[in-house]
Amino acid sequence: MTARVIAPVVMGIVMLVLWEAVVRLAEIPPYVLPGPIAVARTLVTDWGMLAPALVVTLTITLEALVAAVVVGGLLAILFSLSRWVELSLFPYAIILQVTPIVAIAPLIIAWANDVDLSLLICAWLVAFFPILSNTILGLRSVDHNLLALFELYGAGRWKTLIHLRLPAALPYFLGGLRISGGLALIGAVVAEFVAGTGGSASGLAYRILEAGYQLRIPRMFAALVLISAAGIAIYLLLSLLSHLLLRRWHESAIGPEG
Amino acid sequence: MQLVGVRGVAKVFANGVQALDGISLDIEAGEFLSVLGPSGCGKSTLLRIVAGLTTPSAGTVDWSGGKPDIGFVFQEPTLMPWATALANVALPLKLGGVARSEREARAAEALGHVGLKGFEHTWPRELSGGMKMRVSIARALVTAPRLLLMDEPFAALDEITRHRLNADLLALWERSRFTVVFVTHSVFESVFLSQRIAVMAARPGRIVSDLAITAPYPRTESFRTSPDYAAHCRLVSARLGEAMAA
Ligand SMILES: Nc1ncnc2c1ncn2[C@@H]1O[C@H](COP(=O)(O)OP(=O)(O)OP(=O)(O)O)[C@@H](O)[C@H]1O
Ligand SMILES: [Mg+2]
Repeated sequence: MTARVIAPVVMGIVMLVLWEAVVRLAEIPPYVLPGPIAVARTLVTDWGMLAPALVVTLTITLEALVAAVVVGGLLAILFSLSRWVELSLFPYAIILQVTPIVAIAPLIIAWANDVDLSLLICAWLVAFFPILSNTILGLRSVDHNLLALFELYGAGRWKTLIHLRLPAALPYFLGGLRISGGLALIGAVVAEFVAGTGGSASGLAYRILEAGYQLRIPRMFAALVLISAAGIAIYLLLSLLSHLLLRRWHESAIGPEG
Repeated sequence: MQLVGVRGVAKVFANGVQALDGISLDIEAGEFLSVLGPSGCGKSTLLRIVAGLTTPSAGTVDWSGGKPDIGFVFQEPTLMPWATALANVALPLKLGGVARSEREARAAEALGHVGLKGFEHTWPRELSGGMKMRVSIARALVTAPRLLLMDEPFAALDEITRHRLNADLLALWERSRFTVVFVTHSVFESVFLSQRIAVMAARPGRIVSDLAITAPYPRTESFRTSPDYAAHCRLVSARLGEAMAA
């Protein structure tokens, strides 16, 4: 535990010190590469503009993640209940997944006619597939002897779903959720880039574009730091959630000594 | 009184494997029957057909007095890892719509019968292999089934644990006299436990002899070392040898 925290922290500090040293010794101007101290200072001075942008991006990310959980989860359950629904719909889910989001984002923005909505759709499109495919895998990975047991005691589809398939699928679903959390953020940022300055939304990606036009490189870095921090926070929160839900019984959440 | 009659049952799987052919077996109510045979001879398939989990390709399974409640013990403990020992044992009652307080009381009692009092709130991963198997047996017994089907339940356990579970199983059976069909590939286990042994041969799976073990119950550890036990084991071994050569 301590090594897991200390090692990356030490590594990070070393890198930051090196970065600052290189910037100072080589006298690199801040509009090419600002040092970490300059970035930190910008983060503080521009906080009044960056914080609302962070809230905008995070809101879209979380909404997209919730939509991905609801749609991905429900579709997975539907697929597991009906072979025909799965056969007819799953290929289209894959098509959605393999189509690059930057390629369809302009279309979605044109169609949705509302920047917030189109950003949400883009982020959702990127995020929902891992939840869908992982949950399907989980719903299918039920011990077949347990299935036989449920059949023996006359449990119908619903009882089998609720008492057997859903709990068995939970670890898989949570694995998908962790991937989707990061993807939702990426989707939100990418869609914002594509929407560009044309939109009224003012998330972090928009601030990066804007700062780029104005050659305010330290602000670009500050926005970038916030995006990374948001991604890490989402991952940690979802990992914590997963740990709390699985710690009693699933191997993934149990330490070597149990 | 006859509980179930297996008549001319055959099973051919979709891949063309003929697992069973011409199986006929009458099982008496209250009887302890072992099905003994080499690996792959179709014992599990037969048990699943009796339980109604697999449909036979030919023949029928006749329940003279209607199909009773059935308890099934698989070769592996087959517990739900996300549920405590108590919740695992209570599962059949939950699926049957029994109220929570009643099913928990009955599950706790069933755990007591297999010597696991005090382990109600333990998770499966915290139990040893033998304890998991006992939870599995408690789950099969919690509905007080008239028929208990067991598929090599102790095959993966060490000898000491197996002997103890054998004794526990016999004690439960002598108390309640449900019907047991016990699948095993151990001659010693089948002789120790059963009143009757059906010996199977493979390819296709069929019953080649049907032997009575007349030794009286209760059978204790001293029975394991008796000349009577040794004689029965010799006889059953010989029959199994013939079956495997056939
Ligand atoms: N679902 C299946 N599909 C195809 N073949 C099967 C299936 N289940 C069992 N078999 C085949 O049927 C035969 C009997 O299998 P079964 O599991 O009943 O044997 P068994 O006597 O229980 O063996 P063991 O002692 O090893 O458990 C084997 O040849 C096996 O390969
Ligand atoms: Mg078997």
